[in-house]
Amino acid sequence: MAEVETPMQRERATTIYEKSKTGRRAAVLPAAEVPERPLEELIPAELLRSEPPRLPEIAEPEIVRHYNKLSRRNFDLDTGFYPLGSCTMKHNPRLNERVAALPGHARLHPAQDPKRAQGALGLMWLLQESLGEICGLPHVSLQPSAGSHGELAGLLLTRAYHADRGEERSKVLAPDTSHGTNPASVTMAGYEVVKVATNERGGVEMDDLRAKVDGDVACLMLTNPNTLGLFDENIAEIAALIHEVGGTLYYDGANLNAVMGHSRPGDMGFDIVHVNLHKSFSQPHGGGGPGAGPIAVSERIEPFLPRPQVVRREGDNGNGPSFDLDFERPKSIGRLRGFQGNFGVFVRSYAYILSLGADGLAEASETAVLNANYLKARLAEGRAGDRLPIAFDRHCMHEFVLSGKPMKKELGLATLDLAKRLLDFGFHPPTVYFPLLVEEALMIEPTETETKESLDAFADAVEGILAEAEDDPERAKQAPYTTPVRRLDEVKATRRPVVRQQLS
Amino acid sequence: MTRYTSATPDDRAEMLAAIGVDSVDELFGQIPEPLRLGRPLALPEGMSEAEVFERLAALAARNADAEEQVCFVGAGMYDHYVPAIVDAITQRSEFLTPYTPYQPEISQGGLQVMFEFQTAMSELTGLPVSNAGLYEGPSSVASAGYLAMAATGRKRFVVSRGLHPHSRETLATYAVGYGAELVEVGLRDGETDAEALTAAVDGETAAVFLQNPNFLGAVERVEALGAAAKEHGALLVVAVDPMTLGILRPPGECGADIALGEGQPLGNRLDFGGPSFGFFCATQDQIRRMPGRIAGETDDVDGRRGFVLAMQTREQHIRREKATHNICTAQALNALGAMVHLAWLGREGFRELGELLVQRTAYARERLAAVEGVEPLHEAPVVREFAVRLDAPVDRVLERCAERGIAAGYPLGREYPEYEDGLLVAITERRTKAQIDDLAEALGAAIAAERGEFPVDMTDKSPQGIS
Repeated sequence: MAEVETPMQRERATTIYEKSKTGRRAAVLPAAEVPERPLEELIPAELLRSEPPRLPEIAEPEIVRHYNKLSRRNFDLDTGFYPLGSCTMKHNPRLNERVAALPGHARLHPAQDPKRAQGALGLMWLLQESLGEICGLPHVSLQPSAGSHGELAGLLLTRAYHADRGEERSKVLAPDTSHGTNPASVTMAGYEVVKVATNERGGVEMDDLRAKVDGDVACLMLTNPNTLGLFDENIAEIAALIHEVGGTLYYDGANLNAVMGHSRPGDMGFDIVHVNLHKSFSQPHGGGGPGAGPIAVSERIEPFLPRPQVVRREGDNGNGPSFDLDFERPKSIGRLRGFQGNFGVFVRSYAYILSLGADGLAEASETAVLNANYLKARLAEGRAGDRLPIAFDRHCMHEFVLSGKPMKKELGLATLDLAKRLLDFGFHPPTVYFPLLVEEALMIEPTETETKESLDAFADAVEGILAEAEDDPERAKQAPYTTPVRRLDEVKATRRPVVRQQLS
Repeated sequence: MTRYTSATPDDRAEMLAAIGVDSVDELFGQIPEPLRLGRPLALPEGMSEAEVFERLAALAARNADAEEQVCFVGAGMYDHYVPAIVDAITQRSEFLTPYTPYQPEISQGGLQVMFEFQTAMSELTGLPVSNAGLYEGPSSVASAGYLAMAATGRKRFVVSRGLHPHSRETLATYAVGYGAELVEVGLRDGETDAEALTAAVDGETAAVFLQNPNFLGAVERVEALGAAAKEHGALLVVAVDPMTLGILRPPGECGADIALGEGQPLGNRLDFGGPSFGFFCATQDQIRRMPGRIAGETDDVDGRRGFVLAMQTREQHIRREKATHNICTAQALNALGAMVHLAWLGREGFRELGELLVQRTAYARERLAAVEGVEPLHEAPVVREFAVRLDAPVDRVLERCAERGIAAGYPLGREYPEYEDGLLVAITERRTKAQIDDLAEALGAAIAAERGEFPVDMTDKSPQGIS
């Protein structure tokens, strides 16, 4: 086990504004070519600004250097293992970038007349169909911009569905293992969240659920497999309970990568599903976006889908089918955003689905589950097995959760310390301190695109860090050492926030 | 078929042995049998990379993009030139492939970009606090509604009809969730009706929503319009086109509490509507109610300067149902594109670009007004987009222009029945004088043809639109 040999750039951070010098510039603009008039003749002086914004003044070569240097202060998936639980850090194929950049996609105006955007609308329709088949639900809207946006959409759909039946409900159930976006979305949608407990097998505690299900429940939000990486075996019974009281069942698709081609949320009884295209369908995460969160819904929810909806119209007089935007949706919840959604993401994800095909998607999920169980088995050996026990001891799906509780008690090492020490060995740490019900949690999702060698190396690093900590726990507690900066004062950044550069 | 996995049969055998099962199928045994799909997905077989490329290229070829048609369409997204360094930098693996920077020690690049971006947006808008970006424009408007409700405890929004129709509709969609109502204020001579606005604002108003320039391209008198909001303790929310902020008085100087907008004009391509980003800036007193990520400056244990996600206690992953917003994945890479574009333009270039837009737009507006059958829809000052009325069915005229390789503009009748004859025309630095002249000629010919005044040979496509 060796620490990374070439530390990422360690020079003091300098912002682009600090590199600015009056009179320097990069851009040269085209000449106006038209007769020019004083600005004040065209726009009243009181509506004009007196000083231009203080953007940096800097030549192109230095802009390039500045951002290239900054890039080297990032860890990224193309460089190393990124087992961040519930984030599905799988390989981002470069082909997808290439096809998204084709001018027919990249320079297509969103208000283009549908008859001159048949390729784009056709692609969206094909993606809708593909996601519908993968989710086992017949109707898809691509509009939501991310998973959380899909959740909000799902809750607004639920509200519209009940309102249409003359009902008003106030509660949304979500397990205590749910992603933070779930309860946040519930509040934004004007509902009250009610937590449901987890049983000893890591699934929904059925007695608790039964006690909380009543006619005031609008929806149950569930991730399956859940954030413990476990498939809830009682899902059919759960669905029946919710449907009996007239509620909807919402599937948080963050963990869809576990079941593609093996099991479908629609078949499990879910009414509404969001799909994170930036997780299961290989859209790069971009350091925090862009993504997309299409939703697939059942027949009874369909009338309420956001508008516009991409539709396929049969051709007449021997013409082939055509694609259109349907705005005539009287029961629709309306728009969730401008135009038609994150089309560039749709191109990438559709390319991914075409590349893998039906068999490839199923194989991807299979390998994701194999990799997760293998890494789980590796981490059940040796020191890790003693200090980092599995939270729920059964086969997992695509991810699993360990508890650092014994490590903390016996070695004085918190999960955070282990995470920070992993940085020194070139690994991105797992998701930490989530889900909340597992003490000192480490949530590990290797994805299908990692080799056995990567998984072994990660397990060896964890073992090495635990061995090191037996002799020298301080080493991990002060880690990391090889990164551009070391542990940062987050409290200061929050108490007295400095959120922009001060300029003179 | 393409695969991105690498487990060999030997790997699989070793891994299964380590797990202690005979097959992967056994691992899927936790899924109850009736819920197993038991058949292949009804999707095509996988393909090779070359085949996928050809398939996608064939789809792309069925779109008339801005290389094929000269694009005068705007309505919130514009055909600007994106400098080459934006592509080069945003396609770097180190920016393209990381997750949200939850581990700041190995995410200083992305975090510093956020800090620089926040500084730039703060400079543009004249407001002290910016977040690191939201999804896009209209949903940012809806997010401002949510903030305004929390800040004022009121549930009524007064909304100018000059606000982008998509923004108004998105705000209305969200408002159903959090139980707010919208009151719309109309336009007069292209600008928000000041009297009607003043009459509509009262002590129950959470926020007043304006757009500047408004959807018809008119530069609004934001400060005067916002006075009613100030008087009644409502927030003033102004949606702005960032490309106009090199020359227009920034919203922060006009009394705006929140300035936000669609970021696409900055360093992002059209992409048929996304991904782009939304920006969201506010006064200092709203900092802890802000939605989305915010990078903050701090020090590490050795005293070295660094950046972290600040005030995460606002956010869903910490605060859950008490979060200020549900947003998680946003648009970091798109915001990076904007930052690189802004650095490339620089302080002078950004102002010059704004002036260039004003000059070319003034020319285009006059040139079009001189065409028989084209009248200005309003006389208000404009920066880069303006509205005209056509004395012929707009859809027919657009179709005739399209056949000549010109996307002449955005038909206002789609969302404004009162402007059924209206056309919104957008100018960027890519639209040359020659193209503007072509547009005038094409519009004139199309209107004349629609009025049956003289025949036009629609098969002659030689001189128009390509230069």
